[in-house]
Amino acid sequence: MLIKRAVDVRPHEITPYATYLSRREFMRAGLAALAGAAGLVAAGPLHAQGAPLPGVAKSNYSTLENPTSFKDATTYNNYYEFGTDKSDPAEYAQKLKTRPWTVLVEGEVKRPKTFGIEEMLKMQLEERIYRMRCVEGWSMVIPWVGFEFRRLAALVEPTGKAKFVEFVTAYQPENMPGVRLPVLDWPYVEGLRIDEAMHPLTLLAVGLYGQVLPNQNGAPIRLVVPWKYGFKGAKSVVRIRFVEKQPKIAWEKAAAHEYGFYSNVNPQVDHPRWSQATERRIGDGGIFTPKRKTLMFNGYGDQVASLYTGMDLRKFF
Amino acid sequence: MTAAASWRGKPRRLPLASPSPGFLLGTKALVFILCLGPLARLIAGGILDRLGANPVELITRSTGTWTLTFVMVTLAVTPLRRLSGWHWLARLRRMFGLYAFFYASLHFTTYIWLDQYFDIAAIAKDVVKRPFITIGFGAFTMLLPLAATSTDAMVRRLGGRNWIALHRLVYVLAVCGVVHYWWLVKRDITLPAIYALVLAALLGYRVAASLKRRA
Repeated sequence: MLIKRAVDVRPHEITPYATYLSRREFMRAGLAALAGAAGLVAAGPLHAQGAPLPGVAKSNYSTLENPTSFKDATTYNNYYEFGTDKSDPAEYAQKLKTRPWTVLVEGEVKRPKTFGIEEMLKMQLEERIYRMRCVEGWSMVIPWVGFEFRRLAALVEPTGKAKFVEFVTAYQPENMPGVRLPVLDWPYVEGLRIDEAMHPLTLLAVGLYGQVLPNQNGAPIRLVVPWKYGFKGAKSVVRIRFVEKQPKIAWEKAAAHEYGFYSNVNPQVDHPRWSQATERRIGDGGIFTPKRKTLMFNGYGDQVASLYTGMDLRKFF
Repeated sequence: MTAAASWRGKPRRLPLASPSPGFLLGTKALVFILCLGPLARLIAGGILDRLGANPVELITRSTGTWTLTFVMVTLAVTPLRRLSGWHWLARLRRMFGLYAFFYASLHFTTYIWLDQYFDIAAIAKDVVKRPFITIGFGAFTMLLPLAATSTDAMVRRLGGRNWIALHRLVYVLAVCGVVHYWWLVKRDITLPAIYALVLAALLGYRVAASLKRRA
């Protein structure tokens, strides 16, 4: 009799979760010791969720604010493909298939290319501790691990016609319970103006808290644009297109009067249904802690305000 | 009364059609305690730090949806009583209504205190500028006179007719409450749509019943 074993059985599916976790801790400690002893930074094949990302450099772009707890950052998420409740992504995103994974980079570029995720993980990674402000009025501080988008762009050489960048994300109906409802136009599409995309703050993240990005946070690779509302950070990116015309983004298609292409954090421009003047910082104090004031460009004005000189930000919200 | 009896057809004798005073008292006490459940859950969650990453949002949502649920339960009493013949259900209606008011007050307080932190200017701006808050605020305002006139003494003072006329406001505030919920959700209208369907059924029953009575 031929006994077939499913190839996608992961260790934690056949090992009690606690044992799995302790073994993982053991392996992590062992790896750290090994890496330390040999001075190795090789990533190796251990790119499962939660695996440590070695050789991550620090960055001056990081905020010194207290990061949100790992638990809050990985259990309170918006990832509508897995449901509209904040707890849905943590519950259902484990089904997201993140290997094999490629990102096709094409459009107005001299050297279009399909990148394997392993290749992208080999880029020099940096930790970027960024504020994240959700359009719904809450915020977090997240230590992302990733690399600047412009470094990827340099590899494909955008042409002069590339005025915008479009990000297309994963659509896996069999693994995504949320796409059964036409809540948004799937697959989720985001976009940036080319100068926004090429800004050094714009990050492609492959991890957080020093480890491989959990699925619910947009594994295996996602966009992070810290001066814009969180939804601009397209998750689980599969295709990046350099284009001449401004792309139609998912939330704009859903409700153009409420969500604009730019969606820069701006306390002076309210969402039609709620104020954007303040925000609830997740994990900051208790229920009796007042909300904090939202900062223009989420506090990144010194770096990015010049991108919008002369633009009416009420019109281009 | 006779008109009501005629469309209903022959009164049926069901078990529990006329329960003992002891049963009624016991039921009332039990329902009273059960209705405190949602609040107890929030308090326990608060103490055990199990209200999730955004407790204020959870408290707001929970007290809001329980308010709507109690409004629906209150409105369900009349149809249920007619369909089942358990007329004693009417004795629970005031309690359900007051619980709707109770959870609405918690919802309102959460907004004023935990969400806005008594920023009167921001609250005033919200009420004027945000339709979903305007209509929610309106619904809460309509609940006030209903709660204030819920005692037997107030029923006598107003007189049955006036009291009934005033308490028809519940239909308006129920619609406002559902619209309030509908307008606040970002994109997924599933939950408000469920409340809307339930409310449509409860109001539809009344319309059908009144048409039948007239016929």
